[in-house]
Amino acid sequence: MEFWLTQAFNGISYGALLFLLGSGLSLVFGVMRIVNLAHGSYFLLGGYVGLTTAARTRSFALALLSGSLAVALIGLGMERFFLRRLTRQSLPQVLLTMGFALVFQDLALLVWGGDPYNIAVPAFLAQSVQAGPVFVNFYRLFIIGVAFAVGVVLWLFLERTRAGASIRATVDDAEMAQGVGINVPLLSAGVFALGAFLAALGGVVGAGFIGVYPGLDFEVLPYAFVVVIIGGLGSFHGVVVGSLVVGLLDNFGKALFPELSYFTLFAPMALILALKPTGLFGKR
Amino acid sequence: MTARRAIPFSACAALLLAVPPFLPPYPLTLLTQILIFAIFAMSLDLLLGYTGLASLGHAAYFGIAAYAVAILATRSQASFWVCLLAAVFAATAVAAVFGFVAIRAVGVYFLMITLALGMVVWGLAFRWVSVTMGDNGISGIARPTLFGVSLASPLPFHYLSLAVFLAAFALLWLVVRSPFGLSLQGIRETERRMRALGYDVWLHKYLAFVLAGGFAGLAGALWAYYDGFVSPVEVHLVTSVETLLMVALGGPGTLFGPILGAAVIVLFKNLLSIYTKRWLLILGLVYIGVIVLTPKGILGALRGARR
Repeated sequence: MEFWLTQAFNGISYGALLFLLGSGLSLVFGVMRIVNLAHGSYFLLGGYVGLTTAARTRSFALALLSGSLAVALIGLGMERFFLRRLTRQSLPQVLLTMGFALVFQDLALLVWGGDPYNIAVPAFLAQSVQAGPVFVNFYRLFIIGVAFAVGVVLWLFLERTRAGASIRATVDDAEMAQGVGINVPLLSAGVFALGAFLAALGGVVGAGFIGVYPGLDFEVLPYAFVVVIIGGLGSFHGVVVGSLVVGLLDNFGKALFPELSYFTLFAPMALILALKPTGLFGKR
Repeated sequence: MTARRAIPFSACAALLLAVPPFLPPYPLTLLTQILIFAIFAMSLDLLLGYTGLASLGHAAYFGIAAYAVAILATRSQASFWVCLLAAVFAATAVAAVFGFVAIRAVGVYFLMITLALGMVVWGLAFRWVSVTMGDNGISGIARPTLFGVSLASPLPFHYLSLAVFLAAFALLWLVVRSPFGLSLQGIRETERRMRALGYDVWLHKYLAFVLAGGFAGLAGALWAYYDGFVSPVEVHLVTSVETLLMVALGGPGTLFGPILGAAVIVLFKNLLSIYTKRWLLILGLVYIGVIVLTPKGILGALRGARR
């Protein structure tokens, strides 16, 4: 019982982190149909920028803010100056984003070196409390809280604002959206920056938990894709479900079948994709 | 082959046969690497350039074959021919299974599903430690002795790679010039028309997918013997994308393009890593530069200049 509760809690909190990572990728894919291989790099860079800010200012809140804003700017630049001229050309987009991923990887190594770091989290988050048979780590609760808050804001934004409605319209049919007067290029730039922002926020939050180290970018990238594919490309509900499923599958997979744990994660993804190419909740 | 093409082709083949004994060991091993990756890149081009299917998981078949050789050679001391056959068979068989799953998807969804299938293989290579040794990889793959000649030193191994390369090139050349190959190109151009003309588009794509997997396996088996070491890097997404870069750089839809692209990238990576620690950064910039500057690859750019 204790095992199941602990693993479930860990799985849910890891899923919360994956939600931050995956929601941006899903939005970007939905609006622009881009397979962005640099999405894991945003997570990594966010973590590193947050790390430096936290070391300089001793403020975790500033670390969250600076990490995600800095990377949002990088995303904006990538979209505006490179990806915009490659609209709907999937192969050049893949190669371009891989190029950026390699550049970011090497620059991060140059600036922050090869050692793993953990970001210093506020003292009240660093403690644990025993609830019944389970040790509840406050930082894991904090991650769940952040993901929940981001999820609510994102949902309100997508469902209740004009910009959100434009995004949903573009996900459904970009050409038609353009036709009825939605400024799709502007929207794409905004969504791309938002996607980078969310991934980087995940990176800073994750830096207090799994740390930040070289190779983290390509380690989290598959997870981002699994979440988005299982949930459904471009679907908000899908990402919520996908990140929880993947967080739990990953935790229980690692605990129960350590040798096949990636297989238990990736095989369902491939199967879902084969049966329903748009993912569980994706539309066309 | 027309006479105009036959002359430069024979010249190239003669050069490849005659020059190796005069090369110092390091350039010779680079040349061997180029041949192996050229086979790999040509196999991907059968999909990308000829059929119009961009696969993000092609390293899976390369890696499965490499692992098959590694496991059979180190644990069962299997002979070269057994290893080679088993490796190509394994890669082809997995491609045959994955093809069923992947071929239905089109466009960006094909990219996504091949990415996912590639990850399945990578996940097994990385975590199934009792079989694959996980992140440590499998080392100590000894090069075989063939017809009484030990392939341990660079020169005989180079000639083996050259023989395999020429055979693969000839076979692929026959494939792309055959009615089947022409139908693939028709599907690339206008799938709908081919379907209306009564071609079984699914079957054509599927066969191209399986063939490409098999040839990638051939390259992977050679690579395992060349390097003597196999690790999850061989099946990683980065390897798949690098092969896409080779094809895109050289010029998709030709057989010489991928060879050229493989040569450029292999030389670039190896030579650059001698001179600078920042070779990854520069490789990243090459990706970006290729996309921004030469959308049709080197061959395409040369052709454009001639016109």
